[in-house]
Amino acid sequence: MPTEIASTTEPIAVTPLGVAAPLIGWLIPGGGHFLLRRYVRGGLIFISVICLFFLGLKMQGKVYAPNTGDILDMLGFLGDLGAGLVYLLTKGMGWGHSAVELASADYGTKFMVIAGLLNVISAVDAHHIAIGKKD
Amino acid sequence: MDSGYLSLSHFAAALVCAFFASIVLGITHRNTTRDMVRYGAYCFTLFVGGVIVAGWVMWLIRR
Repeated sequence: MPTEIASTTEPIAVTPLGVAAPLIGWLIPGGGHFLLRRYVRGGLIFISVICLFFLGLKMQGKVYAPNTGDILDMLGFLGDLGAGLVYLLTKGMGWGHSAVELASADYGTKFMVIAGLLNVISAVDAHHIAIGKKD
Repeated sequence: MDSGYLSLSHFAAALVCAFFASIVLGITHRNTTRDMVRYGAYCFTLFVGGVIVAGWVMWLIRR
């Protein structure tokens, strides 16, 4: 006997802020929160992501590039790309290393990937704030 | 970016990573300031606790 499941999800209207906040939040860490006037949250996210990423660079971490053919490198690239403009700036300026040469440089590589992933979480959070799912 | 090289021990690197990750997780996973601070501290404790427990497990395996 089939049972009916009541749908509790309601369609969410697409608003300019709902699109702009995560986009700016991805490009500039904490930017989405700044756009939504959550200055303290935005500042803390900015400091956290930037510090992690640049500490990774200073530890001579590997900066992943696209199209290397290795699946793990592609995943690393996606993680790095999450940092937005910071990653693009790093690639553009030729900073970082293409291979891990020191044991501690491996930590740096992970720092940069984690910074990118945290930035993606922050951008999604900015989207939730913009559409009213979160305060 | 190559001028100067930062070398952190494994534990120091874990502490730094846990600190910044906990801040972002606290902000993004809770609504009120109080809950954010509590959740951030909770995440940090779990990160560092996990590192210490994993360290002791590896020490036992090595014995």
